[in-house]
Amino acid sequence: MTARTRLGLILFLLTAPSLAAAHVMSPQPQSATNWPAILMFGAFVLLTLAITRWAARRTRTTADFYAAGGGITGFQNGLAIAGDYMSAASFLGISAQIFADGYDGLIYSIGFLVGWPVILFLLAERLRNLGRYTFADVASFRFRQGPVRLAAAFSTLAVVIFYLIAQMVGAGQLIKLLFGLPYAYAVMIVGVLMTLYVLFGGMIATTWVQIVKAVLLLGCATVMAIAVLAHFGFSLDALFTRAVEVKSGVAAAGGASAAEAAQKGQSIMAPGNFIKDPISAISFGMALMFGTAGLPHILMRFFTVPDAREARKSVLWATGWIGYFYLLTFIIGFGAIVMVATNPAFLDATGALRGGGNMAAVHLSAAIGGDLFLGFVSAVAFATILAVVAGLTLSGASAISHDLYASVVRHGRAGSADELRVSRWTVVVLAAIAILLGIAFEKQNVAFMVSLAFALAASGNFPVLLLSVLWKGCTTRGVVVGGTVGMVVAFVLMILSPAIWVNVLGNAAPIFPYTSPTIFSMPLAFLTIWLVSTLDRSDRAAIDRAAYSEQRVRAETGIAAHRASAH
Amino acid sequence: MIDHHDEAERAMLAQVAEDPRYIDLVRKRSRFGWTLSIIMMLVFFGYISLIAYDKAFLARSAFGGTTTLGIPIGIAVILFAILLTGVYVRRANRHFDPLLRTIRQDAGL
Repeated sequence: MTARTRLGLILFLLTAPSLAAAHVMSPQPQSATNWPAILMFGAFVLLTLAITRWAARRTRTTADFYAAGGGITGFQNGLAIAGDYMSAASFLGISAQIFADGYDGLIYSIGFLVGWPVILFLLAERLRNLGRYTFADVASFRFRQGPVRLAAAFSTLAVVIFYLIAQMVGAGQLIKLLFGLPYAYAVMIVGVLMTLYVLFGGMIATTWVQIVKAVLLLGCATVMAIAVLAHFGFSLDALFTRAVEVKSGVAAAGGASAAEAAQKGQSIMAPGNFIKDPISAISFGMALMFGTAGLPHILMRFFTVPDAREARKSVLWATGWIGYFYLLTFIIGFGAIVMVATNPAFLDATGALRGGGNMAAVHLSAAIGGDLFLGFVSAVAFATILAVVAGLTLSGASAISHDLYASVVRHGRAGSADELRVSRWTVVVLAAIAILLGIAFEKQNVAFMVSLAFALAASGNFPVLLLSVLWKGCTTRGVVVGGTVGMVVAFVLMILSPAIWVNVLGNAAPIFPYTSPTIFSMPLAFLTIWLVSTLDRSDRAAIDRAAYSEQRVRAETGIAAHRASAH
Repeated sequence: MIDHHDEAERAMLAQVAEDPRYIDLVRKRSRFGWTLSIIMMLVFFGYISLIAYDKAFLARSAFGGTTTLGIPIGIAVILFAILLTGVYVRRANRHFDPLLRTIRQDAGL
C-alpha cells in the first residue's frame, strides 16, 4: 500500500467514533477460540437480556418505545450518549492510530469532542422543547409535514444504513479476531441480539444497555491507563521518552540510519501526515464538529429526558465522560507502543501487530492483566458494538414508523398501538437488511461509510435543523430543497474523493482532491435554504413565517412541550 | 403539529411572545449561546490551522523533556470544551432558569 492510500485508509477508518472496522479491512485469519472472552461476553448477554425483559414490561406505548417514556435523567442520558459515542472504534481505532503514528490520534479525539459544546449552546434545549421522538419532529414543526418528514426520513435512513453497514462489517471482523467465531455467525449474533433489545425493550432497553456498556468501557480504560502510568512512576514524560526510544529502535532495526531513526521516533510527539492541506483539515474538522449535531440516533437521545434542564445536564455529563475517555485512550495508545511493540508475543514474523493494527489496545490488556483481562476487554468491545447498532436500528425504525407511516401516510391519525406495531416490524426488517448487507460487504472496504454518514449529517440535517429552529424566514420549500442539495452534493463529492474514487473504485486519481466535502456542501446547504426561502412567495411560505413566533416561544420556554411520559 | 393545539394555549403563547422579560431572556441567552459557540469554533479551528500551517511549533519541547507543546495544547482543547459546557450549564441553571420560571408562572403555568 502506498503512503497516500494508507493515510487515506487510516483517515477514513478512524473518521467514525463508532466504527469498529479500523485496520481490519483485509480478510483476517480466524484466531483460536477465546474461551474467557466468550464466557464473559455470555455474562454480558445474559445481563442485557435481563434488562430487556425488565424494559419490555415497561414498554407499552410509542412514548416508551421511542423515548423511554421520557424517564431518563440527565446523568443517565449523559452516560448513554457517551456510550453511543465511545465505540469500539474510539477505543480500538484511536488507540491503534496513536500506537501507529502517535500524536495524530489525538487530533481525531479532539474533533469528535468539540461538536458537543456547540450542540449544547445552540440546539439541545430547543430540540427537547420542540420534539417528541425524532429530529424530524423539530425540523418539520411549523412546516408542511409531508415533504419535510419525507426528506428527513430519507436522510435518517441514509445516515443510519451507511453507519449500520460499517458497524456490522466491523463487528464481524472484530469478533472473528477476538472470539475466533466465523464471520457470518458473528454478524448474525450481533443482528439477532440487537433485534431482541430493540424489538422488546425499545428505547428503555437500548438506553440501559448503552449505560452498562459505557460504565464497563470507562472502567476498563481507566484500569488500563492507570496500569500504564504506574509502569512509569506516573510520569507522562517518562512514558513519552520510552515510547520515542521504542519507535526509534524499531526504525533502526528496520535499517534506518541513526539520525533517521531518531527523527522517526521523535515524530510520534507531533502532528505528522494526518493533515496535509489546510482545506482538507478544516473540511474534515467541520464534518466532525457539525456532523455530530446531525446524527439522528444521537439527536433522538434528547427526547428521553423529561425537560430542557435535563437535556442540558446530559450534554455536560456526556462531554465530560467522552473527554475523559479520549485522554485515557491517548495514554493507552502510548502505553501500547512501549508494552506491546517490544513484546514478541504480540508480533508476527514481520514485526507487525498480530491480528492487525486495531489490536493494540487488546494486546495491551493482555500485557497488563493476562488472559482474563484480555477476555474482559474483548467482551466489552463486543458489547460496545451491540449497543451502538441497537441505537442505530431504533433510530431508523422511528424514521419509518413515526415520520413516514404515522405522519405522512396516516396524517397523524395512527393510534399508538398501530404505530408501535409498524415500528416493531420495521425493526425486524432493518435488522434483516443489516445482517444481509453485513455479510454482503464482508470483503469490501466499507470504512468510508461512516465518514460519509458524518458528511451527510453535517451537510443535510444540521443546516435544516439549525435554520428551522433559529431563522424566522425559513420555509418548507427552503428546508426541503436546501437539505436535499446539501446531502446530494456531499454524497457526490464523497464518491469522487480519494476515499472512494481511488481506494474503493480503483481509479488512479481522485476527481475531488480533498478528504471531506463538508467545507463546500455544508455552506452550500445553508446558502440554498436561505436563497430558496427568501425567494419563496408561496402561500405556504407565509404560513411558515407566521408560525415562527409561536414556535420560538415553545423552543425557548418549553411551554406546552411534549413530555413523553404524559402519553 | 401546530394544528392540534387549542386556542387558549395559542393565546398564551402569543402573550408570552410579547412579554418584555421573554424578549430580553431570549436575546441574552441566544447571544450567550452564539458567543460560546464561536469561541469553541475559534479554538478548534485555530488548533486545526496550527496543525495545518505550523507543525514545527507543536513539535517543540514543552518543558525541556520529551513532551512537546502539542501535548499540553491538545489536552487543553479537550479540557476547554468540557469547561465551556460547564460555564453554559452554570449560567443557565443560576441565571436563565429562574427568569424562565417567573415568565412561565406569570403565564399561568
